[in-house]
Amino acid sequence: MSPSAAITAREQGLQSCEVCTLVSRPMPGEEAGLCPRCGEELVFRKEASFQRTWAFLIAAAVCYIPANVLPVLTTTTATGSDSDTILQGVVLLWSPTGWPLSLIVLFASIMIPSAKILALAYLLITAQRGSAKNNEQRMRMYRMVDFVGRWSMVDVFVDTFTAALIQLQPLMSVAPAPGLLFFAAVVVLTMLAVESFDPRLIWDAASPKEVQHA
Amino acid sequence: MQNNPEYNRPLADLALVACPHCDLLQRLPELASGASARCPRCNKELWRHKQDSVNRAFALTVAAGVLYVIANSVPMLGLTIVGRAASTTVFGGVETLWQDGQELVAALVLFTAIIAPALQIGLMLAIVLGAQRTPVPRWVATLMRHHPMTRIWSMIEVMMLGVLVALVKIADYATVIPGVALFVLWVLVFLLAAIQASFDPREVWERIEWAEGAARPAVGDRVTEGTS
Repeated sequence: MSPSAAITAREQGLQSCEVCTLVSRPMPGEEAGLCPRCGEELVFRKEASFQRTWAFLIAAAVCYIPANVLPVLTTTTATGSDSDTILQGVVLLWSPTGWPLSLIVLFASIMIPSAKILALAYLLITAQRGSAKNNEQRMRMYRMVDFVGRWSMVDVFVDTFTAALIQLQPLMSVAPAPGLLFFAAVVVLTMLAVESFDPRLIWDAASPKEVQHA
Repeated sequence: MQNNPEYNRPLADLALVACPHCDLLQRLPELASGASARCPRCNKELWRHKQDSVNRAFALTVAAGVLYVIANSVPMLGLTIVGRAASTTVFGGVETLWQDGQELVAALVLFTAIIAPALQIGLMLAIVLGAQRTPVPRWVATLMRHHPMTRIWSMIEVMMLGVLVALVKIADYATVIPGVALFVLWVLVFLLAAIQASFDPREVWERIEWAEGAARPAVGDRVTEGTS
């Protein structure tokens, strides 16, 4: 389908409801309205989507550094205490039987968060520059980022339940360490970034410019 | 003139939808049960017509509610090491984090592993109960507006992967004893996915009482509106 043949709701002055999917027409001269079916507030595009997504994304990128440098778990035994970062946790898990899980944690905790930050930055930059190329690929990227994001929480749960179970003072005890907070922040902030990004912005470059403020 | 936003005017053609991912305006076809419609431009699934949606979702939600209560009241994981034993529930994990000074992370785990799943099940139960009335009352619309949020933040399946990893880690030092809740939670993961797969929100939206009730005649007896 050629881009010019496609007609979007915004080009027709219509708003579609994110919640109940009803398409409706705002009152003359209005930019926003309420969905007559479900009552949700309607806009043509998510409000300040670029700014909000950038804000969450930059905050996530900042937290990403302490999340990986600071330890997430501290193990205390009779002989002393030892702190592990996320990457050290991956290495510790590597064994003849544990390597598949080690790979899962490596993937979920280190590769997904960084890939997510890079992918969202790419989507934001190309959409802001009005790129109309590779829309299908960018769309797939957006859906991938949306789908895999939650799995980064795995490490938070691993550390939670390891610490909850290994409370065998003075023999051995495990406690969460400061890096965990930053790691959890990265997961939450990238999820909020994906939530604030409006994928329709990817396609808007294909629409004629004069209808932007119908 | 009002300061509050006003209600938009609906179109005469309720089959007209815009793709939520690319805004392409299109008409949804009539679909047989089990069939689905996708956006021709960006391939987003727009609607899947599910058979007997409300009844199936109701049965699955009741089962999920029962399992949720069991899963949160019995131990999930235990261990023994040189004669000492310990066990934890899901909430026990939250408590340990809180006591170790990680209050924010504790709150996040509490929310994603306990509160959001409870809301996800509870709201869905109310939605399917309300959806059996004709017309479907307004409060169902309110609940359905908030339900997607609980789904995003309910992370039982992620937690289960985390528990599995923790289990393998701990097995190096101690004998791990899987608790009843562990098995119940695995079933719950599949039930929550099954609820999602069986519930068809479009079917409920079509029968719901409109927010702008006074100006909106019953479905099937619509005012025709110019779409110019």
